[in-house]
Amino acid sequence: MAVDQKELDEFAQGADAWFRENVDADPGFMLPLTFMEVGTDRQFEFLRDWQRKVWEAGYLGAAWPKEHGGGGLDPAFQKAATEAMRRHNGPIMLNAIGLNWTGPLLLDMGSEDQKQKYIKGILSAEDIWCQGFSEPENGSDLGNAQLKAVREGDEYVLNGSKIWTTQGNYAKYMILLARTNPDAPNKYAGLSFFLAPMRVDGVETTPIRKLTGEYGFTQTFFTDARIPADCLMGEEGQGWLIAMRTLEYERGVRGGQAGGYVITPLDAFSILDLAKRTARDGAPALDDPVMRDKLVEFLIEAQSLNLCQQRGKVPALTQDRPMALPLSGKLMWTEFARRMNEYAMTLIGAQGGYYVGDDNAVDNGLWTRGYLNAFSATIGGGTSQIQRNIIAEHVLGLPKK
Amino acid sequence: MEHLGRIGFSEEQADLMEVAANFCREKSPVEKVRKLMEDERGFDPAVWEEIARLGWLGIAAPEAYGGAGLSLAEVAPVMEQMGRTLMAGPYASTVLAAEALTAAGTEEQKAAWLPKIVEGAPATLALMEKSGAWDLDRIGAQAVLKDGALHLSGGKVFVADAAAAQVIVVSVLHDGAPALALVEASALPAGALRRETIIDETKRSYELTLDGVSIPESALLDRDKTRAALSRIHLVANLLAAAEMAGGTQAVIDYTIEYLTTRKQFGKLIGSYQALKHPTVDAFLQYEQARSHLYSAAHCFNEQGTGEIATRMAKAQADKAYSYAADRSIQFHGGFGFTYDCDAQLHRRRAIWQASQYGDAAYHRKKLADLLLA
Repeated sequence: MAVDQKELDEFAQGADAWFRENVDADPGFMLPLTFMEVGTDRQFEFLRDWQRKVWEAGYLGAAWPKEHGGGGLDPAFQKAATEAMRRHNGPIMLNAIGLNWTGPLLLDMGSEDQKQKYIKGILSAEDIWCQGFSEPENGSDLGNAQLKAVREGDEYVLNGSKIWTTQGNYAKYMILLARTNPDAPNKYAGLSFFLAPMRVDGVETTPIRKLTGEYGFTQTFFTDARIPADCLMGEEGQGWLIAMRTLEYERGVRGGQAGGYVITPLDAFSILDLAKRTARDGAPALDDPVMRDKLVEFLIEAQSLNLCQQRGKVPALTQDRPMALPLSGKLMWTEFARRMNEYAMTLIGAQGGYYVGDDNAVDNGLWTRGYLNAFSATIGGGTSQIQRNIIAEHVLGLPKK
Repeated sequence: MEHLGRIGFSEEQADLMEVAANFCREKSPVEKVRKLMEDERGFDPAVWEEIARLGWLGIAAPEAYGGAGLSLAEVAPVMEQMGRTLMAGPYASTVLAAEALTAAGTEEQKAAWLPKIVEGAPATLALMEKSGAWDLDRIGAQAVLKDGALHLSGGKVFVADAAAAQVIVVSVLHDGAPALALVEASALPAGALRRETIIDETKRSYELTLDGVSIPESALLDRDKTRAALSRIHLVANLLAAAEMAGGTQAVIDYTIEYLTTRKQFGKLIGSYQALKHPTVDAFLQYEQARSHLYSAAHCFNEQGTGEIATRMAKAQADKAYSYAADRSIQFHGGFGFTYDCDAQLHRRRAIWQASQYGDAAYHRKKLADLLLA
């Protein structure tokens, strides 16, 4: 489908004007930088209203099918809207698991009934989704998930526990990986994938307090929780396959997301701005040759990441190992963010001892908090160590075991 | 941030990359590389002739002088593929000398030398001195005009490929200011060149004694263009080095992977051990970043401000990536890695050599600090 350039330009201008007009730069309280940091009801309500407003304006889900609440437009339109959102520093989209994981999955593989039932609520943020993959004893080893789902008549009975449930306390639905056959020939074959309602008897969530002192995740307990049998996605035993497909959306290997962003994009060069206005040991940080050298290293790396994104779009420059850049993005960006925040703390010297809430804290403790929060990305969604295994095995062809 | 590079890639680059990849693989297998290491000349003249016939010596040279009139962006993929196979020869030196002539040569000098160079006359530059200064305007060698001739004195080191070169572009102080002069091989007295023992045995480098060398006054390049030419030469040299190093990094990582997927210990392929697997991935990601910087520098090279930043970043990242990848390659080859027969050492030595020429990573970071942190 050819894109009408004039139409696209007009749409982009409209989006730009809309975000300029509607982004609330200072709601009077700290907004989460990522969908994993929604810790208070106030933050949640604000972001839910914001997402709904963006969707109603036509700047979220612009490329999703019209009959399910999308805009029915070419992906180029949503891209333009997201760029406008970014340009005006719009807050994040709240319903991350729905917009980025569940929605694309249902649009690709779901039944017509499932699309009808779920897609619109994902876009409007009416129905918040969470993800039930990790378990307390099975984090990186997802395939070993043990939560049991036993078929009884028209229902499945769930027993077990999931952990790191982002927005678990707000969610209406969970994409759930559960074991339907403990006697399957291998651990993967015994898994099934459910679109499970959260508000049923026997499902309880307990907030997990993060190392930053904030909330955002829950542990979710299932005790004889009964869900309708038609919550099963695909067939019994296809759970691993569908979960892996879901992870492809999560890792950005596969497109189809609703648009917007669920993590405030990292401006790799923001560190330069900090360095120019900060003091260390009673003198401008940039007077310190060690700090200067280290800073330039970070600027080179920041530029590396930008350039790698650009080069990823040039087939002639990626032909030796085409999957290398798509599969390395998560590892490179998240590790960079963690180390950059760590360096930022050394840049501010003694002020690095302050934390969020103190009047003397530089940027209200953003960098210290950012460093601690950065681990959410180097651990969540497959730890950096797992990412290295994936790259080693799928890109470099190194043996698994 | 302004003045940052970006990726761009042309059809010509893609074509040259493919042709160069095949050519270098065929002409420079590692057995050949090792054989040439023992050879005094250090490269295969037949291969050099083919390189000239392919037009690669004139890719960036002006059409008026027999070149293709393209740019260094198209030289980069060729240099990268040469680096990948450790191909020996005076390619970088000759391209660099042609750049110096194009930047500051007089009309007569360009007309006399550029067509010859494009057709295969090796050339080089003599810029470095014993002081070790990487800034090219820090010069001790002198050129004094007397009786209508320029009398040179002092000395140069790290003159790459000088024995093969038909002409050498030498930097000197003349009337107290930096100047560039063409010294033809025939003007050098016997013993003026001494082959240096350098870390990279695939390369040839010489010390040049200028005492007693006389050249005509007309051998001076355009003095108004000297400073600009020196700045440009410095950046071109680093761009070419970054390209050669990116190719080498790719090769040494592939070489490591080959070993990790064939060598067994304790009954398992050693590539299955995460202690080897994960650093190999880290080396690979450093390489990916180095390659991204390379094609940003190649694409933006001629843009004022941007070209310098992109090139310095490319060399700094290439140094970091190549050094790490080759260092780990030695280690991961275990006992074999400690032997002369293991190719990892060829790359580690190449990386050390390239870091020593025209500035290592720390030097370029210092320059970048001045450019970016003002």
